[in-house]
Amino acid sequence: MNIAVCIKQVPDTAEIKWTENNTIDRNGLESVINPFDVYALETALRIKDKYENIRITALTMGPPQAEEIIRKAISFGVDNGFVITDKKFSGADTVATGRTIANAISKCIENVDLVICGQFATDGDTAQTGPTISTNLNYALATYVKEVLNIENGFITVKKEVEDGIETLKLKLPAVICIQKCDYEPRRPLIDGFIKAQKAEIPYYSMDDIGLEADKVGIKGSPTYVSKAFRPEQKHGGEIFENLTTQESVNKIIEALND
Amino acid sequence: MTREILIYAQTNREHKILNVVLELSCAAQELSKKLDNCIIAALLVTDGTNLEQNKNILKQNGFDKVYIAQNTEFKNYNTKYYSNIAINLINEINPEIVLIGATTQGRELAPVISSRLNTGLTADCTGLDISDEGKLVATRPTFGGNLMANILCKNYPQMATVRPKVLKISDYPLEKNTEFITINSDISNIEKDVEIVDFIPNIQLTDFRIDEAEIIVAGGKGMKSKEGFKLLKELADVLGGSVGASRGAVDLKLADSSIQVGQTGKTVMPKTYIACGISGAIQHTVGMSGAEKIIAINKDKNAPIFKIADVGIVGDVFEILPKLIESLKERR
Repeated sequence: MNIAVCIKQVPDTAEIKWTENNTIDRNGLESVINPFDVYALETALRIKDKYENIRITALTMGPPQAEEIIRKAISFGVDNGFVITDKKFSGADTVATGRTIANAISKCIENVDLVICGQFATDGDTAQTGPTISTNLNYALATYVKEVLNIENGFITVKKEVEDGIETLKLKLPAVICIQKCDYEPRRPLIDGFIKAQKAEIPYYSMDDIGLEADKVGIKGSPTYVSKAFRPEQKHGGEIFENLTTQESVNKIIEALND
Repeated sequence: MTREILIYAQTNREHKILNVVLELSCAAQELSKKLDNCIIAALLVTDGTNLEQNKNILKQNGFDKVYIAQNTEFKNYNTKYYSNIAINLINEINPEIVLIGATTQGRELAPVISSRLNTGLTADCTGLDISDEGKLVATRPTFGGNLMANILCKNYPQMATVRPKVLKISDYPLEKNTEFITINSDISNIEKDVEIVDFIPNIQLTDFRIDEAEIIVAGGKGMKSKEGFKLLKELADVLGGSVGASRGAVDLKLADSSIQVGQTGKTVMPKTYIACGISGAIQHTVGMSGAEKIIAINKDKNAPIFKIADVGIVGDVFEILPKLIESLKERR
């Protein structure tokens, strides 16, 4: 069974710079794997621990330096990975991104049964790319997944957390699942994983490689655009009270609650 | 052709219309004024349960038209079925704008619709407006609320999901002479590739729904133990609020991850957020800095939480909270 895990490199700090076109300037930012994608990787690796003949491919769309996070994924135990990168991809919104990633999955990996994404990326926070990948591939979809329960006879059963409780869903494979924070700790890199990661060949695929045209990708292929980006008003930063007695503290809080 | 704003009338598990639908209707009334008073329509997908009540709610809350897709198969939500119904309707009526609540369901349904229609969708908006050119301007926070972006859409319909509880419901009645239209609800040729096999209501969640709470009492590592969190629960109960937790507290197993606030947890916007023993790392504050009022209690006067608190108390939560609970109980 082939699993594709979609991961994204996100800035690690609150230092965000925007280009003149109001897209994110990723130059010089410290980057990490999107925290939700770490859970997506862990979910894939847990499936590999439990079942035979599982092959996991990690892929990312981004600038060439996103190769780092693919190596990192390999150090965790992922089998291989690649980067989808092309200047023409820049400025893509979720519709264009989902289309690009879906095309890469069907062109560059054979017979993918399961695509795993993180529920959100901490930079964009749209939660739309996973569902968009599923529509482009015409795969079954479940979002807000907390746990994979089992995979058998062409079906995957998952637990999904919604506002009022936990649903158990049975999806026909092939499927796309989007993972939210799980109740378990993601694993740390393996020692031989580091060596494997260093040695691994990470192919880059361009727009031509994945068979898309310029009007379907990047800013041209995106139906939305940012017209303005602005920092919200900093409304907080009030009074701090030190050396109050317990009763005075209580009174202050009650005053604030009634205000 | 009449211009329309279409709102997805999401219902809960008991088939009752969600509040966010009414919030969207109120926002749509404002948008409509800037769009030649265009029509406000709802799409109601139903198995027939509570249908009359739901029709009445929509009639009382400003909907000019309600499109009803009824089928016994619609007992439980299903993305493939519901998106097909919505796409067929959208292709027929060509609405200017489609609005969907940014619930777990809405955030799955909306991108499926938009990507199949190849139109733009802005996720999880906190504000909607119409530009001078008559286009939808959707405002959304990015980078955990550190930056706001106004997003426009080149195609039609212009789609957006909007966070529950951010838009206000108006106090005055908005009864309309609503037209109810039954639409094609045939889904026999669609393969159902997802089936719900079980549902366990989360009693803790239904008791205090953190996403919707007006008051959140949240604890961090400084609460030290599960006993500490019992204090928070007690305070939340007195105030009629919910309990939240920082990642630090969840990692120490003091609280369940379902109530985690912050980067890998929930983003909340209550009226009041009381942070107890929370240092206030950026990973936490991105999930709660949208609160109207922040009260922080922490032993460490240098804790970053005090930088965003409206009222900060440097002190011991284990001394202050029991007294606070006691005082509040006496006042009731």
